[in-house]
Amino acid sequence: MNVPAAWYLILAAILFGIGAFGLLTRRSALIMFMCIELMLNAVTLTFVTFSRTLGDIGGQASVFFVMVVAAAEVTVGLGIVVAVFRRRSSTSVDELSEMKG
Amino acid sequence: MIAVTYSGAGVLVFATAAVLILVGAVGVLASRNPVHSALCLIMTLFGVAVAFVAQSADFLAAVQVIVYAGAIVVLFLFVIMFLGADRHDPVGVEPLVGQRAFAGVGVAITVAGLIALMARSHWVTGATAVSTNGVPTTNGAGNVKELGTAVFTTYLFAFEATAALLVIAVVGAVLLARRERRLDEEPS
Repeated sequence: MNVPAAWYLILAAILFGIGAFGLLTRRSALIMFMCIELMLNAVTLTFVTFSRTLGDIGGQASVFFVMVVAAAEVTVGLGIVVAVFRRRSSTSVDELSEMKG
Repeated sequence: MIAVTYSGAGVLVFATAAVLILVGAVGVLASRNPVHSALCLIMTLFGVAVAFVAQSADFLAAVQVIVYAGAIVVLFLFVIMFLGADRHDPVGVEPLVGQRAFAGVGVAITVAGLIALMARSHWVTGATAVSTNGVPTTNGAGNVKELGTAVFTTYLFAFEATAALLVIAVVGAVLLARRERRLDEEPS
């Protein structure tokens, strides 16, 4: 009836890879947050796939909590971005280097 | 022995979800304009919602669309507009020499490791090999009741903790984004 779980897992792994690559290469804090969202979505897709495969609803409950934490993370993160932008009028993470040793 | 137990419809749904997810994800990376990145992110989130529905996680698919596409991406767009940060972020420049190459190699190793781990299976969990297609046990008739029961019994403490977490996050965001009052000004 459904496609093998491995297909979804490979798709999630590729999505995680794309998100990680973006997080490593882009410099804008906003884009980096979006890439973190991509990685979190890859993990939730994996959770749901294992939930179906193993017949355990705990996987879907975990996804529920991941979503809540992602929402909280984005809220606080964007608040920090706004606060930083007020001071430096830039969202580039390369310019935040005051604490460099 | 992998018997063909999946129909063409399942393959079609998977292909749709995969195209939505991958095109959207690449779009997030490749767009110069942050607004376009946010719109591509919506596309990816819809693709993930399609994948959720295909795996009988109906409630999570609805939450995915409502919370992610409806709230989080709108928050992104709101901040982009608010900051006027929709100027073009230079995609072409590479601040550190060889950064892209190193990132690409690292990510390739990570993804290959994940897929290899999955192919061998039960490395950590002791679960049955997923590469041989486990039998889906959740019925396809929706699982809202099942999920609600699990969240409000087994995971009740975590659920209450997330409520506190959300309140703390909202208060913290308001505190961070508030315009600072100058110290030398007299409080009115």
